[in-house]
Amino acid sequence: MNAHAGTVRGKERYRSGTMEYARMGYWEPDYVPKDTDVIALFRVTPQEGVDPIEASAAVAGESSTATWTVVWTDRLTAAEKYRAKCYRVDPVPGTPGSYFAYIAYDLDLFEPGSIANLSASIIGNVFGFKPLKALRLEDMRFPVAYVKTFQGPATGIVVERERLDKFGRPLLGATVKPKLGLSGRNYGRVVYEALKGGLDFTKDDENINSQPFMHWRDRFLYCMEAVNRAQAASGEVKGTYLNITAGTMEDMYERAELAKELGSCIVMIDLVIGYTAIQSMAKWARRNDMILHLHRAGHSTYTRQKSHGVSFRVIAKWMRLAGVDHIHAGTVVGKLEGDPNTTRGYYDVCREDFNPTRLEHGLFFDQSWASLNKMMPVASGGIHAGQMHQLLDLLGEDVVLQFGGGTIGHPMGIAAGAIANRVALEAMILARNEGRDYVHEGPEILARAAETCTPLKAALEVWKDVSFNYESTDTPDFVPTALETV
Amino acid sequence: MKLTQGCFSFLPDLTDDQITKQVQYCLANGWAVNIEFTDDPHPRNTYWEMWGLPMFDLQDAAGVMMELAECRRVYGDRYVRISGFDSSHGWESVRISFLVNRPPQEAEFELVRQEVGGRAIRYSTVRKPAAHASQ
Repeated sequence: MNAHAGTVRGKERYRSGTMEYARMGYWEPDYVPKDTDVIALFRVTPQEGVDPIEASAAVAGESSTATWTVVWTDRLTAAEKYRAKCYRVDPVPGTPGSYFAYIAYDLDLFEPGSIANLSASIIGNVFGFKPLKALRLEDMRFPVAYVKTFQGPATGIVVERERLDKFGRPLLGATVKPKLGLSGRNYGRVVYEALKGGLDFTKDDENINSQPFMHWRDRFLYCMEAVNRAQAASGEVKGTYLNITAGTMEDMYERAELAKELGSCIVMIDLVIGYTAIQSMAKWARRNDMILHLHRAGHSTYTRQKSHGVSFRVIAKWMRLAGVDHIHAGTVVGKLEGDPNTTRGYYDVCREDFNPTRLEHGLFFDQSWASLNKMMPVASGGIHAGQMHQLLDLLGEDVVLQFGGGTIGHPMGIAAGAIANRVALEAMILARNEGRDYVHEGPEILARAAETCTPLKAALEVWKDVSFNYESTDTPDFVPTALETV
Repeated sequence: MKLTQGCFSFLPDLTDDQITKQVQYCLANGWAVNIEFTDDPHPRNTYWEMWGLPMFDLQDAAGVMMELAECRRVYGDRYVRISGFDSSHGWESVRISFLVNRPPQEAEFELVRQEVGGRAIRYSTVRKPAAHASQ
């Protein structure tokens, strides 16, 4: 279907009136993307009767230079350079009526180092375009020249581990529960018990900011007392993600400064503060030796449905450029949406320096990160010690495993919950490194470790039947097929 | 207090057989193995004393275990840890670290609080003098 271009050129191109996008230069099937182009892949679902090529060209047009009619002022510019070019349209396998449109954008279309500008260009207008029934931004490729205009993660996995002095195993965290209603004094108790028990981190939830039951200063003061006491009691570095999300940047900076003054090693922000605020806090974090945790609050409103929105892999790429150190990226086995292959794609975006094209993981392009720091993915939501072998297998060791309910809900108390998680983790790492088939022997390895650890025994018993087996909505469109031998 | 630094501090202390397997894991990954010791296991003490240079180019964990035995003979009253160092691009750092020796009497820390402006407190984690540390 990627035949002729039919682009109108010269004087005819600029005759007043309307013209099909595909004829205005937004459909160029012979165009070979330059190494310096930004490339976007959209899933386009045109309205009944709208030609897919024309719909895709319209996406290219409306996300770059076009408006609904021809304008003569194009002739005052190097218009051909600035036009985004749709160069390939493929039917989506198994989904009649939907098409993958590949669109290339010249680097000059974007302000260096600005996710706000990038996103305003690519997703600014076009998602409401009437001839489209639905539109989804599936993936993007950023040229190295553009990647290098961003700071990237303030700290990165390597330096985070060095600062924490924790190597060779996933980090362990817990979100304080109940997430609403605890006073500062009670909240700090949960932090202390969990950290003293053996977790590395505790975490504020996304909507813990400054409410009548607990104002932010109280939370910070009690939490840091808890962190420091746990540190002295264990001889290990501990941390708690103090959520500095607030109504204004001024308030966020004020909260960040108190966190620093109290000696916190990490602060936290929510995705809903916006891309510019995120980039500002990433710069603050780099200047102040602070790890920056991002909670992806709100993302499922636009990432979950396959037909319309923005894929989380694109958000993950933007956030690596923007400069956060931690990002929630799914658990596969927990309570929240997460297909194993799609999640694998997100984790690779976070942690690798080079992502090869892997359609079965949802990665449509080779992406070099040009030595930008690595982001630590965070797995949170409905996971427990009994799944440790699966978590390690699916997510690897550079990840924060957050057992909120799985720590605080332990029948013997919070510290016992933390011990159970840490013992389960260390036993699994030991077995993996010894070369054992830990995925299959997992339950046996845990049972063995529980023989000398009553808290682990209790955890395995109480949550033995908990699993969340539902169909994922966001799954890859491609499955690997065995190559035929000739 | 049981110091819980390192990868395996929540498990019973590793046997030499278990340590050998972890060292072999490091070597299989191409990591250099380092033995370090200290009598100052403060959580912010990054630089423990090195027992010789990191062991590059080893094939067999036995070489490390011999060095460990020698280190323990001399510094058996201190903390000793083994770490695996990965020199590949993008890491160039420690990839695993675990304790392989503890002193007969473990270190104890206490928290010193200095009250500063408002309700803020400046915290220091300091070593308890050995005489006061619990057995």
